[in-house]
Amino acid sequence: MTMHLEELHQLADDRRRELEGFAHHILVCTSLGCPKNKEIIAAFRQALTNSEAGEKVLVRKVGCMGLCAAGPVVLILPEEIYYQKVAPGDAAEIVSALGREPVQRLLLPSDLPFFTRQYKNVLALFGRIDPESLEDYLAAGGYEAAVTTITRMRPTEVIRSIDKSGLRGRGGAGYPTGLKWSTVAKAQGKKKYVVCNADEGDPGAFMDRAILESTPHALLEGILIAAYAVGADCAYIYVRAEYPLAVRRLKRAIREALRANLLGTAICGSAFSLTIQIRLGAGAFVCGEETALIASVEGGRGVPRPRPPYPAEKGLWGRPTLINNVETLANVPGIIQRGADWFAGLGTEKSKGTKVFALTGTINNAGLIEVPMGMTLREIVEEIGGGIPGGHTFKAVQTGGPSGGCIPAEHLDTPVSYENLSALGSIMGSGGMIVMDETTSMVDIVTYFMAFSMEESCGKCVPCRVGTAQMHTLLKKFQTRTAIDDDLTTLESLCHLVRNTSLCGLGQSAPNPVLSTLNYFRPEYLERITGPVDPCRQEEKQ
Amino acid sequence: MPASQPDQSATDKRWKTINLVMQRHDHRPEALIETLHAAQEAFGFLDPETLAYIATQLDVPPAKVYGVTTFYNHFNCSPRGEHFLEICTGTACHVKGTDRIAAWAQEKYGLEPGQTTADNRLSMVEVRCVGACALAPVIITDGTLIGAKTIAETTDLIEEWLHDDAP
Repeated sequence: MTMHLEELHQLADDRRRELEGFAHHILVCTSLGCPKNKEIIAAFRQALTNSEAGEKVLVRKVGCMGLCAAGPVVLILPEEIYYQKVAPGDAAEIVSALGREPVQRLLLPSDLPFFTRQYKNVLALFGRIDPESLEDYLAAGGYEAAVTTITRMRPTEVIRSIDKSGLRGRGGAGYPTGLKWSTVAKAQGKKKYVVCNADEGDPGAFMDRAILESTPHALLEGILIAAYAVGADCAYIYVRAEYPLAVRRLKRAIREALRANLLGTAICGSAFSLTIQIRLGAGAFVCGEETALIASVEGGRGVPRPRPPYPAEKGLWGRPTLINNVETLANVPGIIQRGADWFAGLGTEKSKGTKVFALTGTINNAGLIEVPMGMTLREIVEEIGGGIPGGHTFKAVQTGGPSGGCIPAEHLDTPVSYENLSALGSIMGSGGMIVMDETTSMVDIVTYFMAFSMEESCGKCVPCRVGTAQMHTLLKKFQTRTAIDDDLTTLESLCHLVRNTSLCGLGQSAPNPVLSTLNYFRPEYLERITGPVDPCRQEEKQ
Repeated sequence: MPASQPDQSATDKRWKTINLVMQRHDHRPEALIETLHAAQEAFGFLDPETLAYIATQLDVPPAKVYGVTTFYNHFNCSPRGEHFLEICTGTACHVKGTDRIAAWAQEKYGLEPGQTTADNRLSMVEVRCVGACALAPVIITDGTLIGAKTIAETTDLIEEWLHDDAP
C-alpha cells in the first residue's frame, strides 16, 4: 500500500476528530516508572461503566509524564489536572470529580517549577499520546517532517539544516551531528547503514528507555530522516535487552509504520526505501562504544577496535555507517519541522538546543526532565528538582556515570553545556544526573564506579583491563581505611596512565570519577590514610 | 558434538522458535546473539548441548559461541530456581543502599549473587541499572518491579513474596 501525505493527514484528522468527541480524557502513565498502571486503567474503565458520563470519557494509556517521584501519575484533559500517587481504589472518586472540583488529596499542582521551568522538545509528546498508536502520533503532527523530507527535500538540504541547527551527539561525546551525517553521505560505497545506539548502559540514566517507551515513532521518524540524508536503506536499532517494555513498543511501532508504508519500499510514493531491524544488546556497557557496538550487531563479542578508520567510512560489515544515539535522532524531526534557526536559538553558543536529564538520587522531584542548554545546575537541582529531601544538604551531583565526575556545591551556578561540564572534570554524558547529600561518601561512590568499569572492561587492552582492577584495589584500601600515603600517589599516576593509554572511551574515561573527587573532595581520601606512614614524610609533617 | 537438537522430543515447541530465528537470518553467523536470546528465552538458561547445537547450525566455532555467551552479562549458563530475585545495582539504587538488600539475602538465605538456594526455591542476581532510577531502590521479583520503598520495607516484601507462595 502506498501512502501519501494527504492520506496521512486524513488519518491524523480522523483521529483528532475522534479524540475531540470526548468531553474528558483520563491519561494514565504506562511507563516503567509508574507500576500498577494496568490495574489503574482497569479500575478507571470499571468506574466509567458505573458512571452516567462514562461514554463521554476516554481512558488512554500514555508514556512517561516525567515526575516519576509522584507516580503513578494521571492527567485529566482538557482541564490539565495532574493527580499523583494514584491507586486503583482512587478511580471512582476521580471519575465522579470530572468536570467538578478536583480531588484535593491527590492533586499535583501543575504550576510547580518542575513543570513550568522545563522546555520540551524531545519530551513534547511524552504523556500526551498512546505510544502504541500510530494514529495518535500522526494526530500530533508525527511523520510530517519525515514525509516532507523524503518527498520534497534533497539529502544535502537535510544535512545543511541539521548542520545549521548546531545539534551535537546526545550520547555524551557531543560530536556535531551534521558533520557526522555529511561524512557518511560523502563516503564511498553504495551500501550504507544507520545504526541507532539504544544501549543505554550508563547506570542512573533512563532517557532513551523513556523515549522508546513513550514516543517510539519519533525515533523511527528521526532514523528515516537520517537514512534519507546519508543514503542508507537499512537501519539497525541496538537496544538493551534489559528494557523489555521498550523493545515491545519499538517492535510494534516498526510493524505499524511498515503497514502504513512509512517504512519499507517506495516510502510514501518516493524512490526511497528503508528497513529497520532491532538487535538486542545482552548487557555489556562497552557496547556503547561505537566500534564495539558494531561488533555486537555483527553477532560477536562487543570488543572495540582502534579508530581510524571511523565507522563513518568503515563500519558495519566494512560499509559506511552512521551511528547516532536515541536522543540525537529524536531531536531531528523537531529541527526539520520547526527549522534549524529555532533550534540554534536555544542553548549556549556551542551547545545548542535542549537536553534531557534523568534526575535521580536524593532529590525531591526525581524524574525525567528536559531543559535548554545553559540552564544552571542550581536551577535544575533546587527549582526543578525541588531540592534535597529530609533536611539533608546537597553535597554533589554526579553526571556522566562511570565516565563522568562529581560536581560539588561551589560549582552549582555553572550553566550546563558540553564545555562547562568537561571543564569541571565531568562530562555531559548521556544525561544521568544523580544528586547526593552529605551522607554519601565520595570514596564509596567512586569505588562503586570503579568496580563497574573493572567488571565492564572488555579485556582487550592492558591499561584498561589491569589498570581498572589496580585502581579498584587501591580504592578499596581507602574505603576500608587501610590506605597508606603512597597509595594516593600511585592512584593518581594510574589515573593518568589509564586515561592516556586505553584503547577506547571506557578505559580513557574510567579515571574521571577518581580525578574529579580527588580534586573536589580530597580530604575524604586523606582522612582515610591510616596505614603505616613513611617515616621520612612523618618528619616533614612535623 | 551433537549436531541434532539436544531435546530429541521433536514435539518440543521451544525449539521451533529458536529454529525460526535462525531461519529468519538464513543461518548466517551474525544471528548468533539473536539466537542465544531466543534460546535463553525458551529454556531459561543456556546449557552446553544447546550451545553446541547453535554452533553447528550457524556454522560458528563452538569456542566463539561459548566466548560470546560468557562475554555478555545477560546470558546465564545455569538453571534458575523457582523464584527469581533481581537486585538493581544502578547508581541511584546504590546511593539508596541496594547493597544492603544483597547483604540481607546473603544472611537470610545464604546466597551470593548468581546463586540458587539448595532447595532450588530462590535464585538471586545483581543486575545492571534497569532504568527505573526515580524509584530507587529497585528490585524485581519474578518480573514484577518493586521500588520507592525503604530497605526494610523491601526486604519485608521479599519475605512476603516468598512466603505467599510457600507450599
